Amino acid sequence: MAQSAKRDVADIVFAALTAISSMTIIFLVTGILVVLVSESSLSIQKFGILKFLTTTDWDPVRENFGAASTLYGTAVTTVLSMLFAIPIAIGIAVFVTEIAPNFLKGPIGVAIELLAAIPSIIYGMWGLFTLAPIMTKYIEPALQQTLGQLPFFSVLLEGTPMGIDLLTASVILSIMIVPFTASISRDAFNLTPAVVKESAYAIGATKWEVVKNVVIPYSKLGVFGGVVLSMGRAIGETMAVAFVLGNNHQITSSLLDAAATITVSLANEFSEADTDIYLSSLFYLALVLFVLSFVTLFIAKVFLLRAERKYSR
Amino acid sequence: MTETIELETKGLNFYYSGDIHALKNINLTVHSKGITALIGPSGCGKTTLLRCFNRMHDLYPKHRYEGEILFQGNNLLANGIDLISLRSRIGMVFQKPTPFPMSIFDNIAYGLKLKGIKNKAELAKRVEKALKHAALWDEVKNKLSASAYDLSGGQQQRLVIARALAVEPEVLLFDEPTSALDPISTSKIEDLVATLKKDITIIIVTHNMQQAARISDWTGFLMLGEMIEFGTTEKIFTAPSEKLTEDYVTGRFG
Amino acid sequence: MTHETKRKIEGTAALLLSTLAAFSGLFWLIFILADVLIHGIGALHPSLFLNDPAPAGVSGGGLKNAFVGHLMITAFATLVGVPIGLLGGTFLAEYARGKNISKVISILADIMVSVPSIIVGTFIYALMVRPVGHFSGWAGAIALAIIMIPVVLRTTEDMLSLVPWTLREAAFALGAPYYKVIVQVVYRGAATGIFTGILLSIARVAGETAPLLFTAFNNSFFSYNMNGPMPSLTVSVFQYAMGPYDDWHAQAWAASLIITIFILFITVAGRLLLKWRYKH
Repeated sequence: MAQSAKRDVADIVFAALTAISSMTIIFLVTGILVVLVSESSLSIQKFGILKFLTTTDWDPVRENFGAASTLYGTAVTTVLSMLFAIPIAIGIAVFVTEIAPNFLKGPIGVAIELLAAIPSIIYGMWGLFTLAPIMTKYIEPALQQTLGQLPFFSVLLEGTPMGIDLLTASVILSIMIVPFTASISRDAFNLTPAVVKESAYAIGATKWEVVKNVVIPYSKLGVFGGVVLSMGRAIGETMAVAFVLGNNHQITSSLLDAAATITVSLANEFSEADTDIYLSSLFYLALVLFVLSFVTLFIAKVFLLRAERKYSR
Repeated sequence: MTETIELETKGLNFYYSGDIHALKNINLTVHSKGITALIGPSGCGKTTLLRCFNRMHDLYPKHRYEGEILFQGNNLLANGIDLISLRSRIGMVFQKPTPFPMSIFDNIAYGLKLKGIKNKAELAKRVEKALKHAALWDEVKNKLSASAYDLSGGQQQRLVIARALAVEPEVLLFDEPTSALDPISTSKIEDLVATLKKDITIIIVTHNMQQAARISDWTGFLMLGEMIEFGTTEKIFTAPSEKLTEDYVTGRFG
Repeated sequence: MTHETKRKIEGTAALLLSTLAAFSGLFWLIFILADVLIHGIGALHPSLFLNDPAPAGVSGGGLKNAFVGHLMITAFATLVGVPIGLLGGTFLAEYARGKNISKVISILADIMVSVPSIIVGTFIYALMVRPVGHFSGWAGAIALAIIMIPVVLRTTEDMLSLVPWTLREAAFALGAPYYKVIVQVVYRGAATGIFTGILLSIARVAGETAPLLFTAFNNSFFSYNMNGPMPSLTVSVFQYAMGPYDDWHAQAWAASLIITIFILFITVAGRLLLKWRYKH
């Protein structure tokens, strides 16, 4: 009798430990929200919500802060990097799942995982010392001579190419996103049952037609979820971008200008903020970023869950 | 059932991944517009043999064919055979229903669109014809734009048959088409296959002997990659020449 | 041109593009790694490991303090993050299996895995740095631990769920209480997967910079004192790279090379381990 009572206690203790450990996730999420809101309360009180989100000013001296310029930078780098990255990532996923001979599938798959594992600071270093000079000397001037002559693009490519700008930052960000997106897309494509693909071949479809008409539609939930997930990551990326963006709080029409994202501003200014309102406004930026990325990642997760559910039919 | 020969294998050997000898010297004649059943215990090679006819094995590298398969006199294992047009003449229905992620209409129209048929009226006409041919028209005529996944398992399998029929193949290969279905759907499909043989040559692989006895005109019994015996269904099931055949069809082993 | 020929051309073109995409992806990998290698090797001197940073502008300095500091911070983060993640994942896969709470936590954990790491930094800054008025290695370690927990939790949950239920039933049938079933049978069944998950989470946080920026901050001196600002490799790379001295840039490259080798090594080892285990 005493024996089984002792066992029960051990079981209860263990179960409790596991439960508490898992609850830390909930504490963390709510904790972060609470702390960010509380720390930014000074700034929220002074600037409100709508005004803060739409003010382009970021003036530590005159103590006038607004998120619009950093939101702009975040938006532009994210959208641009996705534009570059997604076609390439999907192309890679198609290659690995359908085209590559079996002996290549393994190595290229590993290569993708390795690329995804490289920490963002390495991308940042490489971006600053290798890519930026190449952009300044060759690519950006070349773009200005060619694309820059067309009406819409001339505005986007105005100014002296310095390498430290939205375009370079977006390129690096896109290189970072590619492996991640490719990996998720590849997993999504692999979920298409072989029988369904064979059915398409059996009707006389070519390999590309099978990919286009069967594999991609079948996996679209998973791929889309992966894309949104990548967007969530791109929004929150700091180090890859911090080296080459310049942290210039401005809304600029040219991609060849320096700008700022929320993450870069936080990285550069957080330890330098000397006034309460300055620090509080930075926390406010962090809060905006937290909400933005949380919502994006949540949407991605919904798609990915839907994809899972569909395939276990 | 005619006596013309639609397909004929001559000394057909097949090797998986280079060396696993899966089919050994198969000599088989498939008569036009009849149903030929391939039976045998698990792993005997009947599905492997079926998949030779539309060269499904070509999708996977390192497999090897030897010998000839004559389709209306021409060797379809020869170099330079256009697989895409071959597969529109010899169609296949798989074990598990495999609707594409599209609407019912688009599923059926898929093969037609691949062939370049774009005219909407033409497509609609041929889709209706295929669905009627597959005995599914009445059940889906009012919901052609619904997702194919909304249909039941048995309906999905008939959808897949309709899809194969839409391109008007000359031969239709069935790989255990009812093994994933309930008895009622199974008998519907069997009835359907029996009506199809009027226009199409059918080869059906089945592990269900009674099914083979019910619907086929000719039966081939395979074991361990060899064709033990081939003949009319009546003969195979009532008076087989080989002892192995007799043991199998009487259930002494399976 | 027949329709069929057109289809074939379109198909070949599309597949060619995909192949180009794949090789361009490989190209960047090789380019970046080669660059890190070339720049980094040039700057790899023993002084990097044996010396502490020299005063600004003076050559011959190293990053000994940053190596040690980074090790200490990561080690402590692992000590805190792994057990919590492991136990948490166990809860989701075992005691709370199928229940709504486990779905909620699992989804939140997945989101936390991808949440910007700099936000974790600001969070810990408010909780552990501002109240005491100074940066600390503890704060940096906790920030990294917070990043590790959801990663370890999710991989543990996934790996435990892969262990077939029948295994547990067999243990129960022998009269074992649930906690023993878990620790003695299920953990053993999922050990390789869990271990790999832990390895990969270490690789992940070892390369983080943002969460350390305003928690552990950095320290140009050697320090064992976790109560004060702790030097770390990643932050040092950031500061040196943005700094004006070529000597600093060289050290930043060398440190980047070391970081990259370390992380790639762990990642490859982890993946190989998984492949080896699950082939059997």
